[in-house]
Amino acid sequence: MMAGVGGGNDFQWCFSQVKGAIDEDVAEADIISTVEFNYSGELLATGDKGGRVVIFQREQESKNRLLSRGEYNVYSTFQSHEPEFDYLKSLEIEEKINKIRWLPQQNAAHFLLSANDKTIKLWKISERDKRAEGYNLKDEDGRLQDQFRITTLRVPVLMPMDLMVEASPRRIFANAHTYHINSISVNSDYETYLSADDLRINLWHLEITDRSFNIVDIKPANMEELTEVITAAECHPHQCNVFVYSSSKGTIRLCDMRAAALCDRHSKFFEEPEDPSSRSFFSEIISSISDVKFSHSGRYMMTRDYLSVKVWDLNMENRPVETYQVHEYLRSKLCSLYENDCIFDKFECCWNGSDSAIMTGSYNNFFRMFDRNTRRDITLEASRENSKPRAILKPRKVCTGGKRKKDEISVDSLDFNKKILHTAWHPKENVIAVAATNNLYIFQDKMN
Amino acid sequence: MAGAEGDDSLYPIAVLIDELRNEDVQLRLNSIKKLSTIALALGVERTRTELLPFLTDTIYDEDEVLLALAEQLGSFTVLVGGPEFVHCLLPPLESLATVEETVVRDKAVESLRKISQEHSPVDLEVHFVPLVKRLASGDWFTSRTSACGLFGVCYPRVSIMTHTFESTLITAVMHFRTLCSDDTPMVRRAASSKLGEFAKVLELDYVKSDIIPLFTALASDEQDSVRLLAVEAGVSIAALLPQEDLEDLVMPTLRQAAEDKSWRVRYMVADKFSELQKAVGPEITKNDLVPAFQNLLKDCEAEVRTAAANKVKVFCESLPEDSRETIIMTHILPCVKELVSDTNQHVKSALASVIMGLSTILGKDNTVEHLLPLFLVQLKDEYPEVRLNIISNLDCVNEVIGIRQLSQSLLPAIVELAEDAKWRVRLAIIEYMPLLAGQLGVEFFDEKLNSLCMAWLIDHVYAIREAATCNLMKLVEKFGAEWAQNTIVPKVLGMANDSNYLHRMTTLFCINALSEVCGQEITTKHMLPVVLKMSTDQVANVRFNVARCLQKIGPVLDSSALQAEVKPVLEKLATDQDMDVKYFALEAISGMYLFNLPTYIFSETFSFSSILFFFFSFSLSP
Repeated sequence: MMAGVGGGNDFQWCFSQVKGAIDEDVAEADIISTVEFNYSGELLATGDKGGRVVIFQREQESKNRLLSRGEYNVYSTFQSHEPEFDYLKSLEIEEKINKIRWLPQQNAAHFLLSANDKTIKLWKISERDKRAEGYNLKDEDGRLQDQFRITTLRVPVLMPMDLMVEASPRRIFANAHTYHINSISVNSDYETYLSADDLRINLWHLEITDRSFNIVDIKPANMEELTEVITAAECHPHQCNVFVYSSSKGTIRLCDMRAAALCDRHSKFFEEPEDPSSRSFFSEIISSISDVKFSHSGRYMMTRDYLSVKVWDLNMENRPVETYQVHEYLRSKLCSLYENDCIFDKFECCWNGSDSAIMTGSYNNFFRMFDRNTRRDITLEASRENSKPRAILKPRKVCTGGKRKKDEISVDSLDFNKKILHTAWHPKENVIAVAATNNLYIFQDKMN
Repeated sequence: MAGAEGDDSLYPIAVLIDELRNEDVQLRLNSIKKLSTIALALGVERTRTELLPFLTDTIYDEDEVLLALAEQLGSFTVLVGGPEFVHCLLPPLESLATVEETVVRDKAVESLRKISQEHSPVDLEVHFVPLVKRLASGDWFTSRTSACGLFGVCYPRVSIMTHTFESTLITAVMHFRTLCSDDTPMVRRAASSKLGEFAKVLELDYVKSDIIPLFTALASDEQDSVRLLAVEAGVSIAALLPQEDLEDLVMPTLRQAAEDKSWRVRYMVADKFSELQKAVGPEITKNDLVPAFQNLLKDCEAEVRTAAANKVKVFCESLPEDSRETIIMTHILPCVKELVSDTNQHVKSALASVIMGLSTILGKDNTVEHLLPLFLVQLKDEYPEVRLNIISNLDCVNEVIGIRQLSQSLLPAIVELAEDAKWRVRLAIIEYMPLLAGQLGVEFFDEKLNSLCMAWLIDHVYAIREAATCNLMKLVEKFGAEWAQNTIVPKVLGMANDSNYLHRMTTLFCINALSEVCGQEITTKHMLPVVLKMSTDQVANVRFNVARCLQKIGPVLDSSALQAEVKPVLEKLATDQDMDVKYFALEAISGMYLFNLPTYIFSETFSFSSILFFFFSFSLSP
């Protein structure tokens, strides 16, 4: 059922919701910096540059509103990180949320990890629907009563009240990262997680905040010899001992934590030989991997570099099994993209629930989907223009040379300020969340 | 303050009850900790019908409050009306057993286990067993993990007392089996860590038929964290089984654990090796554990080698006596020899902390021939921690071969540590000095080590100077006052003329430490004049330390010296221009003479001269 990415006969993507202000001038703090569904897909979390986390909850499907299947509404909003100042290094620490990762649900409450550049926090989001009533020394309005009137003792009783959602910080994992945290990933043993910065990867126990184990350290003794940095890291979804990390050189290393306490030596090294004919000044920059994600099955992993998405079979290290061009038409524009720094944008990528399709972002509020079985791909746009309920998203086309056809957009008219870096796919259904600057778009499939 | 109509004894209780939901966590915590007072005031009836239902739903609170609550409820039986009503405590504890915080859950389980003992067999079956079943089949893993810890306590009592003996037990085993194959690793970990305990309460037949398969399954779980916990369970199970069953039932699994692909599991085996050795007995130790131990000592992961190295002495000690020496000499010692030159400092330092213990096991000849060379290598190790660990255990060797054998190599090692650039290393070696002095004897000490001890007194780190003064005191305790007078006192007193005021202060600190052990004569004759002379020092810090020093050595001095020499000096210091000098001089005066004065003499309203008046009137009256 989920085989199609929207271009085929299976289904079409249609607009469901858009969150965030419509104003043209966007406050920096409102820019969404991460999007993540929880394990069941019932909750969707976003983090922004202002250090806030917003959690959306899917409404129960109601029978009388057949058309609107479970919309996501705000469930809880809280300030996860505040701006800080490191006095020892004279450095400002931004409050921007770099990553959010949900923990598998363990009781009625929900838990997530949120990280800015330096600090990771474990948040608990819980509901409360009862309130204690009855005091001995004051009346219901809180006025103090005279103490000598006490003739009997009153035990408070719990009374039902309106549902209240509370977010409370449970643990703060700080002071373990010298560089900026780019990834956090919960291990499948559900008791540890890893956090990666530019040069190191640390392993934490979820219940212990005062120590973490450094498992990868690529910092050279002499910083002038530094040639590559860690760009992303993730734990294997099932094998608790396996994790991967990607580098700015376009390579991925797979490590086995069983083998040794320190994973400086990798078990597998994934690298595609470079095509000498296409070598240019920008080769190294555009080959830098901005995101790595294991498939749900654990058999494959997907990497995103500047121009393409690659799918690797964990059993084959010398080249990816699939390569999809995201916006190949930008290859001729690299020079200007370098000048406006866009070439350093870190696009993320995601799998659908059954690993049959993948999604990643592009410029001009475009995002791309690739069907792995049919090899079909589609470009869609997150925009206010067709944000009517149930409106079907029209595929977009970028003119890649020759004469521009009707409906096509020329490369020169693409807006490079509108970029889609963060997207998320519901773990079980065809529901996607796409972050476009300060707006969060939710699209879903339209059944025919 | 209280009025006539009300009962003022209720007031404090009313406050406690209200503070159960105060905004301030600390107040809530205080209130929870006095829960028994509240319950006592309410009486058993209201505690059962009102307080407990309220507490059952108070699971939103902070961890520390919940933790205190879980603990309190464990000893609440009397307050709800005795064993007859103890089951009323189950609902609040049940809800606490499902919270996400492990410490709270564990405490709730602990309390549940405690009150399970107070249930009658019937109540146990009617109330407690259903609770365990509810937890075991709960939706969330938190409740299922808690259930793992409860099977062990409730079933032995049920099963013996009731007719449904077999069926209850079978359900228990069945539930436990389900938990062992739970989808989430958290529950399997909890099951794995409680398996040994559960096995202990079961009949041997059940252990063999039901627990062993569970153990085997958990020990080959896909999650490293589950497998490593199974090791401990394996040790407990092995201790339960008769010798003839061990080989077939647990050894294959344990062997496999010792060679697990994951270093964390092997680490666990190494860490539990002594317990394992005890559980399986001498025969299996000889045949199986010795080669396994050798492998662990040669493991490719340093963490595992460290854990194994830590166990070398205990392992060797517990070997069966008839073959102990042969096994050590042919199997263990070769591995130990390799570890001495390991690449990892933690491995070497773990080994250094136990290797000396082998000498008592192997006796004089073997120690001299085989161990001594290893000690000597470790004494020259590049890492100070290794050398320190050897030095700290010197007494073991001294008993066997005498320290003379080592002293030639010991000295350079000590000197090097004494001059190490890291002050923590210097601090560590100072702490071993009294031990070394005792082992090496006074002559060797005077000749080689005395100068080191004196050099520390002028170290540039205060912590070292402080430790050095303390060290001198311990040395004098060992070697006696006469030795002190001849060797160290002159040097200490010589520093009183040093140009550096910190060194002059060190003299005072040394005198503080030494006066008592040196006795009255030395203190009065040699030390006191120096202290008194220093009262005119130009540095205020030295002067106020003179005052403190005089107070400290006062009890050692005789009263004529106090009156004639100390008093005038303190009086003079009490008129010093420096605030601190004045303060400490006055404190010394009051500390030495005016014990029983009320404290208000120090308040501002009293002039300085009135204090002196007090002082004079007291000291002159007899």
